[in-house]
Amino acid sequence: MLFALITTALVAIALLSDLLLPRLTQQWERHRARRERPPAPAYDPGRERRAEQTARALLRSCVNQEEWSMYRDLGFIRVWGSQRDGPERTDGTGGAAYGYLVYPHKPIIAYLAQTHRLLNEYFVTFPDETRPYGSARLPDSDDVLAKWMALTGDERRLIATANMHLPGRQVDPAQVKRDLWRLTQWERARLRSAGDEQTATPPTVRPVTDHPE
Amino acid sequence: MKPGHGEVVIAEGDVELRDDELRLIEAFREQLDTGMWAAVPVTEPAGRRQARMVQTFDDIPRDADRVIFFPRAAGGAR
Repeated sequence: MLFALITTALVAIALLSDLLLPRLTQQWERHRARRERPPAPAYDPGRERRAEQTARALLRSCVNQEEWSMYRDLGFIRVWGSQRDGPERTDGTGGAAYGYLVYPHKPIIAYLAQTHRLLNEYFVTFPDETRPYGSARLPDSDDVLAKWMALTGDERRLIATANMHLPGRQVDPAQVKRDLWRLTQWERARLRSAGDEQTATPPTVRPVTDHPE
Repeated sequence: MKPGHGEVVIAEGDVELRDDELRLIEAFREQLDTGMWAAVPVTEPAGRRQARMVQTFDDIPRDADRVIFFPRAAGGAR
């Protein structure tokens, strides 16, 4: 009797193991996978530099030639404001022209074009929460391009999204004034060289033909 | 645009081909669903370049050669 019971139990276990074993193995694997931390990508010291090079090429292909040269030479881009009465959340500019200085990973600075009076700082970021490399920060040139696209594409929305501060909160106003002065000098030099090129260009000579009109 | 990467090509295709267009629409929606913003660099008639923000696939000019996705803007350090 006992022998028959043991035999039956063994047979039952053997049959059930076919069903249960794969499930148990699967569950064990899942448990291990859950506990395992995904391997961190190996640190590559050249990765950020390569990313920045790619980003610079993209920026260059999108912005105006003048803006690209400005970024290359001065490290920032000036974008003209398009709102009639100045950027949102200011006292208004009375219709005066204004612009923004766009720096990588720094607040956008609004200023009056004529007097260079600083209006506001707008701090805005473009965080990639997927953090593909443990960082949410875009390369410098991508950050500038994102701001340029958002400003030229929908200035009002970007400014409404940003955290606004009075000038001097994050960026030294003296530094901004120096940058505006550098920009003025840079533009003058550019105009001069454009003028020199025009005067250096020989006048167009009409080909001499045997049969005058 | 991606941290540590710069530009990454997500999808390529010709909008005049139906299969390509469907694939591009799918990729476009996927990016917007993950919270990205989309912009198309355009050249105005006066020759000035600027960006056009797009929220639907139909907003993209048919002759656009690319759409750039970038993370949604957020207010920065307080």
